[in-house]
Amino acid sequence: MKKKETLTYMDSVHRAGRAWGLTLFVLILAFPFALAIIFGVLPKWGPLFRGTLAILPMYWAVGLVEIFTYVPMLGAGGSYLSFVTGNISNLKLPCALDAMERAGVKANSEEGEIISTISIAVSSIVTTIIIIAGVLLIIPLSPILSSEVLTAAFAQLLPALFGGLAVVFVSKNLRLAIAPIVLMLALFIFVPALNAGTVGIMVPVGVLFTLAVARILYKKGKL
Amino acid sequence: MEFNVNHPIIFVMVGMLILAVLGQSVYFLVKALRRAKEKGMDGAVLKKTIFSSAVFTIAPAVAILVGVITLSKSLGIALPWLRLSIVGSLTYETVAAGTALTELGGGLGSQIENASDYVTVAFVMTVSIIIGLFLVPLLTKKIQGGMKKIEKRDKEWSEIFTNAMFLGMISAFLGYVFSDVGLLFHGDTSGLIPVCVMFVSAVVMVFCGVLSKKLNQRWVTDYALPVSLMCGMAAAIPITAWLG
Repeated sequence: MKKKETLTYMDSVHRAGRAWGLTLFVLILAFPFALAIIFGVLPKWGPLFRGTLAILPMYWAVGLVEIFTYVPMLGAGGSYLSFVTGNISNLKLPCALDAMERAGVKANSEEGEIISTISIAVSSIVTTIIIIAGVLLIIPLSPILSSEVLTAAFAQLLPALFGGLAVVFVSKNLRLAIAPIVLMLALFIFVPALNAGTVGIMVPVGVLFTLAVARILYKKGKL
Repeated sequence: MEFNVNHPIIFVMVGMLILAVLGQSVYFLVKALRRAKEKGMDGAVLKKTIFSSAVFTIAPAVAILVGVITLSKSLGIALPWLRLSIVGSLTYETVAAGTALTELGGGLGSQIENASDYVTVAFVMTVSIIIGLFLVPLLTKKIQGGMKKIEKRDKEWSEIFTNAMFLGMISAFLGYVFSDVGLLFHGDTSGLIPVCVMFVSAVVMVFCGVLSKKLNQRWVTDYALPVSLMCGMAAAIPITAWLG
């Protein structure tokens, strides 16, 4: 009881985050094992190893870098939630950034931590509910959502999302924003290998480059 | 037990896992709201945060649902429902499922017929992205501690540091929007579609900002991002018909 009284909010967030995170890790990892036991089969080892080997090295490397890139932006509570519920760059992070901006709180304050957590938790709950509703109504919804017209709209989710978000953040940090935007435009236009599939790898590159530019401008007193 | 991709037992397992993930979100939501109350944060700000986050989520969540429908053609409904409700994103899950199915001699267009193939795909999709789920509980406190150290040493730099991270991420996605512009050199204008959509979204955001200031209506900015997102996506329909 005494220990609970001395625990700060952030300590309790970390403690709960670890407990939930590791429990869900075990449950999610157990899912394919449970399938194998229930249906009394083994995976096909050759395709399993070849398939895993084809994608695991890249996704583990990206995943590792993403942790160091996204955790400082999402805050503790937001990170514990986002890395379980996924869709970080296309949903959770923009949602949290927008919420903090509108609430007028700084990401590195406790208020920022609270707003980010609320925003990501609400977003996760709403996403789950929408997908559940969609799964229940999948037969009538499939032809509508798979129609050519709506496919064109959903294909442009990221440009529509980052167009608005960029206006907010670039206008507030114009001097700092120019160099990374120019670099990323040049890379994505002139390096054919960079596309939707590799944008995740370029996020840490963009972050590190912007940090370097920020440090130089800060040291020169230009920020 | 006889297998099919939409067997009720798979739905029961997936439902239980999603319920557990939902439980985590509700737990952290209640915890953050309680702390906000203790700190005397403005209730109206909290309500707006909840409501506008919910509104903002609708379009991206429906896009995720489209992903579930796409993957359900080969994997049934339950597995894509699970995978896209947790951990992964549509890009990753499509690549992971596609790779595993190709190794099994099929593809995203053909439905899995036997349990062994299904289990193989489930293993590949789960294991190949599990790293974040395992390491975040172990590393988050240390990373946050590092951020606190930076803040203690130099508060001004700490704020610039966080802003620089946000801008770095946004700049990467802005770059991605232009990734197909080079197609213009081959006479293909479809590479301009994302650029035009981004431009529409940005203009709507600017318009919302101006409207909010001119009319002194703060609520306009509260919904500016979801509105610009929806307008951008809606504009994608005629823009794609024009340039696609």
